[in-house]
Amino acid sequence: MVTKEIAQETENVHIEKQGSQTSGEYIVSYIHRVKTGDLGSLPIILGLIAIAIVFQSQNENFLTARNFVNLIVQMAGITTIAYGVVFVLLLGEIDLSIGYVSAVAAVIMALLLKGDPASNVAGWHWFPAVGAALLSVAIIGLLQGLIITNFEIPSFVVTLSGLLAWNGVVLILIGGSGTVIIQDVVIIGIANYFLPSTVGWAIGSVAILSYAIIKIQTNFSRKSQRLPITPTPILSVQIVGFALMVSTAIYICNQDRGIPLVGIILLTFLVGFTFLAVRTPFGRYVYAVGGNKEAARRAGISVQRIRVIVFMISSVMAGCGGIILASRLRSVDTGAGGGNLLLNSIAAAVIGGTSLFGGSGRVSSALLGALVIASVENGMNLLGLSSGIKFVITGFVLLMAVLVDAISRRSRNQSGLA
Amino acid sequence: MKKTILKLEGVSKRFGVVQALSHINLEVRTGEVMALVGDNGAGKSTLIKGIAGIHPFSKGKIYYKGQPVKINRPRDSSALGIEVVYQDLALADNLDVVANMFLGREMVQTPWRIDEASMEKACLATLEALSVMTIHSVRQPVATLSGGQRQAIAVAKAVMWNSEVVILDEPTAALGVAQTHQVLELIKRLADKGLAIVLISHNLQNIFEVANRIVVLRLGQKVGEYIAAETSQQEVIQAITTGRIPRMTVQNGN
Ligand SMILES: Nc1ncnc2c1ncn2[C@@H]1O[C@H](COP(=O)(O)OP(=O)(O)O)[C@@H](O)[C@H]1O
Ligand SMILES: [Mg+2]
Repeated sequence: MVTKEIAQETENVHIEKQGSQTSGEYIVSYIHRVKTGDLGSLPIILGLIAIAIVFQSQNENFLTARNFVNLIVQMAGITTIAYGVVFVLLLGEIDLSIGYVSAVAAVIMALLLKGDPASNVAGWHWFPAVGAALLSVAIIGLLQGLIITNFEIPSFVVTLSGLLAWNGVVLILIGGSGTVIIQDVVIIGIANYFLPSTVGWAIGSVAILSYAIIKIQTNFSRKSQRLPITPTPILSVQIVGFALMVSTAIYICNQDRGIPLVGIILLTFLVGFTFLAVRTPFGRYVYAVGGNKEAARRAGISVQRIRVIVFMISSVMAGCGGIILASRLRSVDTGAGGGNLLLNSIAAAVIGGTSLFGGSGRVSSALLGALVIASVENGMNLLGLSSGIKFVITGFVLLMAVLVDAISRRSRNQSGLA
Repeated sequence: MKKTILKLEGVSKRFGVVQALSHINLEVRTGEVMALVGDNGAGKSTLIKGIAGIHPFSKGKIYYKGQPVKINRPRDSSALGIEVVYQDLALADNLDVVANMFLGREMVQTPWRIDEASMEKACLATLEALSVMTIHSVRQPVATLSGGQRQAIAVAKAVMWNSEVVILDEPTAALGVAQTHQVLELIKRLADKGLAIVLISHNLQNIFEVANRIVVLRLGQKVGEYIAAETSQQEVIQAITTGRIPRMTVQNGN
């Protein structure tokens, strides 16, 4: 009651003050943000350019349409798992079970698809098979989340137990054969189907149009509320830049086999989870819990519920990643979910700029970080380097990413408290 | 005209073996600043955390506008119209000013979509109306603000919600002279608007500047209640330190 009336009294005051920025001011304030340590995606984009230059100078096959399309397929599994990791890291927690949880989903799906020819049990249709697999891992996430929140056990320990236990479950489910072959065309298509070029262009046009409409609409609604807006020249540059980026990617893919279906899946996840993270109350609460758990609690947020849901998201995204990886290999074997999968997925989110300490990061960091990891691996494979050297270099890249985060955090703190 | 809005009857709080509060009676009235004083560990913060529903009382009754109420969670108190500005500010440093002001009570366009523009507008209007301090941009993370600015955000957050009772736990402890003055002015203005204010402070000078009534806690017990205009700093200090009560003015609003 108090503020509403005062708000009306003072309306005129801040209309004058909150006039729109000019492009110059916009750029100046961007540079200021970067200088004070709010680097956004800048380091990783510079890193990707550096990677491209290094590998291309060593092997001219690196920057080819064929390799670009390969790269998208190669990064799909860890990117998908890393989307879930971002949410867990935003809370300041960790989920070590994701590697084998992804395998649990893959095995369940593969077994259901196959059925049991020996005893005449028909295989399932792909849709319920995927549904059952994802439901199973959702329950795994629920279980782990409830244990973590109800008994106040660190997520590190609970999901470490999960890592061991779910590995065992995978081995038990696969049984003696050692490999489950996938023959369903839809499931194989996830990672092996490429869109015809016209479909690629159609999807691209819709994406560009939606981007432009959302950007312009946001500006209009802010303008009608008399809030500062993005200056028109900057807005145009953003939209044209986005359109160029999308068209280039589609053009390159179409030089080869076309846009991989899985690439569209990755971008759909990106848009969906970004919306969840930054536009919904749920996403806001995830950031709040990660930033200051007590403040979130006092604000009436059900902290435990948010944490449980995030562990479910983590498991389900791991499951989706497992299914994509299985689709690519057209089978699931006893090695599924092992190797570097867990560490690469967490590293992807961190390299992309999501902090390990909670409260800071973006969904897009999963995609960018996975792109770095996959392109380093892909480039080193082209050069025929030994796996020893590959591990050392990947470790070095991760360290660099964490250093950039630490240094930018320090400069943020120094410039912070004015 | 000064009506009792919030009344505590015999509230107690135990933390394990520590009896943090024992059998406190208290009345909070509209349009009035009630100061809560006492030494460190006297139970001031515990008392307001009980009212806020953060650590519900172990025993005792709460009445709001004459009705018995139960406050078991933070949402219960804010639903009644009670807002608290905590000593440890309870802002999320990684979120911007707007996000903090609306935390837990976001405006939404559809149930799924936060209405950023409306929130930003309401946030600007509130900050402007309270005219406490200048903030460069309400879209900057709270981590980048100074102590005084953060306090202003915390107060603004509390009064934005049509609240009727605003409780401030040591709002000026971390502030310089000028900023303290501004916050005290703000408190007076809020009381003049008809809000009931509970102010916790160690600074008796500040308290005598704004308070109408002064309640003294010592070792979890209420040892005195004074009308500010009819007492002196010495008298209050004596109650804080020794808990002996030279002259007590009891429960008499006007
Ligand atoms: N969460 C808690 N757990 C256990 N003891 C507590 C807790 N909070 C406060 N106390 C105890 O309750 C007493 C009163 O504390 P507090 O209300 O913070 O005092 P004040 O705010 O007046 O300085 C102290 O003895 C303190 O140690
Ligand atoms: Mg205290």
